[in-house]
Amino acid sequence: MEDKVILLDFYPSMFGMRPRVALAVKGIDYEHREEDKENKCQLLLESNPIYKEIPVLIHNGKPVCGSFVIVEYIDEVWKDKSPTLLPCDPYQRAQARFLADYIDKKVMETGNLIWCEEREEKEAGKKGFVEFMKQMESELGDKPFFGDNGFGFLDVALITYTPWFKTFEICGDFSIQQDYPKLSSWVKKCLEIESVSKSLADPDNVYNFYLTIKEKRGI
Amino acid sequence: MEKGNKGVQLVGFWVSPFVHRVKWGMKLKGIEFEYIEEDMFNRSPLLSQINPVTGKVPVLVHDGNPLPESSIILEYLDEVWSHAPLFPIDAYQRAQARFWSKFADQKVLESAWLTVCSKDEIQEKAVKDAIGHLERVEEKLGGRRFFGGDTIGYLDLMMGFIAYMLPVWEEVAAVTILDALKFPNLAAWKSNFVDHPTINGDLPSKDEMLTFFQWQREVHLQRI
Repeated sequence: MEDKVILLDFYPSMFGMRPRVALAVKGIDYEHREEDKENKCQLLLESNPIYKEIPVLIHNGKPVCGSFVIVEYIDEVWKDKSPTLLPCDPYQRAQARFLADYIDKKVMETGNLIWCEEREEKEAGKKGFVEFMKQMESELGDKPFFGDNGFGFLDVALITYTPWFKTFEICGDFSIQQDYPKLSSWVKKCLEIESVSKSLADPDNVYNFYLTIKEKRGI
Repeated sequence: MEKGNKGVQLVGFWVSPFVHRVKWGMKLKGIEFEYIEEDMFNRSPLLSQINPVTGKVPVLVHDGNPLPESSIILEYLDEVWSHAPLFPIDAYQRAQARFWSKFADQKVLESAWLTVCSKDEIQEKAVKDAIGHLERVEEKLGGRRFFGGDTIGYLDLMMGFIAYMLPVWEEVAAVTILDALKFPNLAAWKSNFVDHPTINGDLPSKDEMLTFFQWQREVHLQRI
């Protein structure tokens, strides 16, 4: 039976970008459906009744929700298609899962503070973000990618935040690319992979989306 | 901990539901381990050494390699020790288990714990949220004996706090969240869970849990 794969997505979403990247690097054909956040379609509401959020991968009619859950599912189902995203070694795999969750917690926590208008919260967000970036540089070390065998799960986890870096930089009035040479080099290497770069949102589009949200919320 | 040490250690805190899950997971799989109690109110240098990122328990140490986070530890155990699998084999069922385990912690446990740490309108909202989340879990469980089907598995361990810790929190917070009449599936599952031979002999003392969480409630209410 031919696989039917649908991805319910939202272009600027860092979470939506993850399955896009995973599907693209493995060369899996799928139907992309862009969701309107203000007017969610019936399929999204039925496929993810709990959170009513993208991304949702629908594989032969069965929905899978949650960006990391989806990426692991893709890696397991299409294990014959390279690259293998999760490490083969169980301990390395567990470490990758732990760090991926940590990346989400830290970036959301610090990013939300950077977006605040109050100076104190903004500064706390910047400080937290700087610490986080240092941790990531240390984790990367001298490797070209976070994955030991090339572009992998952790690379997918972090690269989808990079289209949002321009927005963080403008809101926080600081530079990310300049201060983190190893990570900047890593970003360049990821973007040299065509299937990765074409799956990521454009940073200018992301910033314009952010401005639209700000305006709607009257900030 | 020096690298290259043989064996398995579990660093935990007696009342943590996250630690209990891992302990029971290892017992179900017949894994021998050494348990090391950590006083979370007077943390030892060991914990910051083996979990510098979050400083929390549980931490599994296997052959000198530390690993935190209960859900991640349980997956690791299943991958290294194939006997008595906790996870489903099918990829779609595994994805479902991972999704619902995040729901258990991020929604059910968070809202239930908030009822202990709060009062008045905040507590009322937390109770309402927790009941709403349990309605989802009730539907997910259906009439099955366990979330894993006929045998106890990963999702039962992740949801396990509902069976033995939630009643304690309800008593401490003086609220009702899991009404057996409204949640017949969960009420039946609760008994199946606490009566399971691996769980039954290894539950923390209810009186000790009550004393601990009553004290925790006082501490949190003072901060409001």
